[in-house]
Amino acid sequence: MCQVDEEYNGQLDHRVTPRVSKKCVKCKENTTVLIIRAGDAFCRGCFKEYFIHKFRAMLGKNRVIFPGEKVLLAVSGGPASSSMLSQVQEGLSRDAPKKLRFVPGIIYIDEGGASGQSMEERKRAVAQLESVFRATNYHYHIVHLEQVLSLPSSVLEAGSSATGKPPTGSSYKAAVDHLIPTRKNQNQHPDLSVENAQSHLSNLSMQEVQNGVTSPITPEHTQALKRLFASVRTPTAKEDLLHTLRHTLCIELWQQQLCHFEMLLCSQGFSDPRHGDVVIVRPMRDYSSKEIAYYNRMFDIPSVFIPGLDSKAQDKASIQRLTESFVTKLQTDFPSTVSTIYRTSEKLHTACPPQNTNTQLSAKCLLCVCALDTKLGESHCQCTKMASHHGNGLYSLNKNTRHFVLKRVVFFI
Amino acid sequence: MVSLLSLYLGGGAELLFGSVKEHHVTLPNQSEPWDMKQLLVWIRGNMLKERPELFVQGDTVRPGILVLINDADWELMGELEYELQDKDNVVFISTLHGG
Repeated sequence: MCQVDEEYNGQLDHRVTPRVSKKCVKCKENTTVLIIRAGDAFCRGCFKEYFIHKFRAMLGKNRVIFPGEKVLLAVSGGPASSSMLSQVQEGLSRDAPKKLRFVPGIIYIDEGGASGQSMEERKRAVAQLESVFRATNYHYHIVHLEQVLSLPSSVLEAGSSATGKPPTGSSYKAAVDHLIPTRKNQNQHPDLSVENAQSHLSNLSMQEVQNGVTSPITPEHTQALKRLFASVRTPTAKEDLLHTLRHTLCIELWQQQLCHFEMLLCSQGFSDPRHGDVVIVRPMRDYSSKEIAYYNRMFDIPSVFIPGLDSKAQDKASIQRLTESFVTKLQTDFPSTVSTIYRTSEKLHTACPPQNTNTQLSAKCLLCVCALDTKLGESHCQCTKMASHHGNGLYSLNKNTRHFVLKRVVFFI
Repeated sequence: MVSLLSLYLGGGAELLFGSVKEHHVTLPNQSEPWDMKQLLVWIRGNMLKERPELFVQGDTVRPGILVLINDADWELMGELEYELQDKDNVVFISTLHGG
């Protein structure tokens, strides 16, 4: 048994460099170019097939995408979301066997206001991304994180998007039928019906939705956002807040019917029933960051690196960085670490509270849409006192956003 | 002898090198062949502009940085022991916090 004072005297094994054969594990013919997992070496061609197949399998496993359905892709410009975008293009292309059949749109959130970038840097990043989006021919929306501070009050009503009911099969079908204009063509010419849907969408977009950048922001908006982040003390909380605001903004866009999508595809975040009708799927979850980086490099997938809140941060700067550093280091010596964590996490399920139409919608946190503990009592008062102590930053925001932020503070405690 | 190497930095690693992604370097002559371990030391001393601990840790690269030599995973080439050849292409891609 392990004891504190036990001497090992060199009995510990050092990590053995995996002895991989030079031939691909799949085709056994071509020279290997990449090792993934704990010793599986692939050649270039087999790796590409494996990568593409995994994406399709992930979407197929969910069985929630109906033909012609509108799917919103959340793209940050980073490697995972850029890879996701290219996989969607690959899947929708005419050459693909078992072609994917849905109508994609792209959303990009400019977070430069929160991460301290200058307007010039932000414009440059947006311009680079716009050229990537234009090359896809999909409709795209570029929004600024500042917009989350000027949410209309109707959107601030928690759960207003949802009737509280999870989508049923029949309501999905009805939504799809509504989308595809010539239903009778659907069975005869499925490709035609998707094209009809796409041209219908493009007509809509010219009249109603401006493709491209939504309303411009003012320096005051950016200042308000900076004050919000400055009022959050720790880097961990800042990253968490950023993540939540990003998510909230995507959902807001959906609620405003600016782009009516049934599904959100993103490379981070998780899928759960809090947001009512919209289904969130993370098809890139199955990939290791090494696989994504290698694929992007080998197959020239354009991605734009945009420095964020956590760039150049030390390992111990935040819980997120510490966790990443811990797992990455462990992975170096024990290559099964990430896949084990991932498989274990798949066994966890979110608790889904019983859907109750009488649920008080106002009792939910505006940001994370979880139930507030309204029985906080005295501690609740402590929180609001602390919030006011945090600064003028909170009080100089408009009434709605102050309400918004205070609720967040309450929830943290 | 190694005279010319092309280096590429991606995924944010370029931030540590003055935001320049592509570099062409000529390594100084020496009697023994250059290997990756020596290259890292050389990069640390001659090219890194800031925060070396975000790129190199100990003898090797920081965990989370993918290294490719001539478009192949360096784990297949011997990692630090790989002996560099003239006109080799070495790529460092940071896979940390990748969105």
